[in-house]
Amino acid sequence: MAEKKIGRQTLQFSSTPIITSWASVVGPMEEKGALGDKFDLVLTDNLAGEKTWEKAEQKMMQYSIELALEKQSLLPKDLDFYLAGDLLNQIICANFTARALNTPFIGLYGACSTLAEGLCMAGLILDGGFAERIGVSASSHHDSAEKQYRTPTELGDQRPMTAQWTVTGSASYLVEKTGNGIMLTHATIGRIIDLGSSNAQNLGEAMAPAAMDTIKTHFEDLGRSEKDYDLIVTGDLGLLGHSILKELLKEKGISSDNFNDCGIMIYNPDQDTHMGGSGCGCSAVVLAAHLIERLQSGQYQRILFIGTGALLSPLSTFQGETIPCIAHAVVLESK
Amino acid sequence: MAFLVGGSICVIGQIINNLFLQGGLSIKDAAAATSSFLIFLGAFFTGLGYYDELGKVAGAGSIVPITGFANSIVSSALEFKSDGYISGVGARIFNIAGPILVYGTLVSILVGLVYYFAR
Repeated sequence: MAEKKIGRQTLQFSSTPIITSWASVVGPMEEKGALGDKFDLVLTDNLAGEKTWEKAEQKMMQYSIELALEKQSLLPKDLDFYLAGDLLNQIICANFTARALNTPFIGLYGACSTLAEGLCMAGLILDGGFAERIGVSASSHHDSAEKQYRTPTELGDQRPMTAQWTVTGSASYLVEKTGNGIMLTHATIGRIIDLGSSNAQNLGEAMAPAAMDTIKTHFEDLGRSEKDYDLIVTGDLGLLGHSILKELLKEKGISSDNFNDCGIMIYNPDQDTHMGGSGCGCSAVVLAAHLIERLQSGQYQRILFIGTGALLSPLSTFQGETIPCIAHAVVLESK
Repeated sequence: MAFLVGGSICVIGQIINNLFLQGGLSIKDAAAATSSFLIFLGAFFTGLGYYDELGKVAGAGSIVPITGFANSIVSSALEFKSDGYISGVGARIFNIAGPILVYGTLVSILVGLVYYFAR
C-alpha cells in the first residue's frame, strides 16, 4: 500500500515542501506582453550577446537559477539536486547549465510540462527525505524552438491561425524542506492522452484532453472540485486549447469560471501571436512572475497549476505519428 | 493581398526585363538577367529581415515568384549558419527548397517524356 498516494495518480506530500525562491528571465517580446514589468530580467535581444540562439537560451536558464539562488543568498553548491529541462534536442540547455552549476543533476523532458514535472519530482525527493534543497528550471526560446521544430525564422511563410508563439523565457525555483514561501501540497502525475491529433501547428487542440484527464483525476483522487481552488491554470493550451478545455469541462458539469491559461496571460492580444504563448518557458515564467506573487500576497490561497506538454518530435511528425500529450498538476498554497 | 504583392513583384520583374532589353541584351539573355536580379533582391531582403514580414501579409504572393525561392534558400542558410559552414549551411541550405528542386526536376522529366511521345 502506497502511503502517500491517493487514488489513481495523486501524491500527497506529508512534509509539505516549500518553494522559497523563484526568478524569471525573458526576451524582449515577452517584456512587451501583458506581464512585461514583472519579470526579473529581460534580455536585450534574442541572442543576448551570444553567437547562437541555443547559447542564448542556456545563458537565460543559468541567469534564472543564479538569480533564484541569489535572492536567498545561496550558491549552487547549496543545492542537493538540480532538476531541469528544455525543448532542444537532448535537453542541451539544461545539461550545459548543470555543467556550470556543478550540482548533482537530473535532466527532465516533459515538453511544455517540464516545470510542473520538475516541481512534482522536487516534491517527491524532498518528501522522501533525500534532500534539503532542490533547484528546478525550465526554459524555451522562440528562435531555437522554431529552428528545431518548424521552418527558418526568416522564411516568408504564413503561420496558421491555430499556431502558438514559443515563449523566450526561463524560470527557476528553489524548493526546500523548510522555509518561508509557497507550499507544495499535492501533485497529480499525468498519463499520456493521444486522441489522434497530428497537426504540429495546433498543439492546444491536442493537449486539451490531456489537461482534462489530469484535472478530472485530480478531483476524483482528492474528492475536491473546482470550487476548492482560487485559480486552476493550465500551462500553454492557448486560446483554442483553452476553449476546447472549457467545452470538455462543461460536458462533465465542471464550471470553468476560475480557469485560465498561462499561454493566454503572457502576451497582449495585439502581439500577433495567434493563439498565445507556448513552450516550457511559458508556464514557468508566468508562475514565477505573476501567479506565485499573487499566492504570496494572499490574493490566492490555493491554486492548481497544470503543466501541459505535447510530446512530439520533428521526426515523429514526418513519420505521420499522432501527438502524445501529457499534463502534470501541482497544488500550490500560500502559507 | 497575395494578388497585389505577387502582381507587383511581376511588374517589377517586367520593368527590369524591359530595362535589360533597352540596354541591348537579347530576349533570352534579358530573361536570364531578370531572373538573376530578382533572385538577388529576394536574397537581399531576406538578409535584411524584411522578406518574412512581407510573407506574413502576402502569403503565396511572395512565395510563388522566384524571389520566394531565393528566400527559402537564404533563410535556411541564415538559420543554420550557427551550426557551421559544412554541417550547417552546406548540409541544410536546401532544407525548404530541396523538395521543390527534386520534384520540379522529376515533373519536368515526365512532362518532357509526354511531349516526346505525344508530339
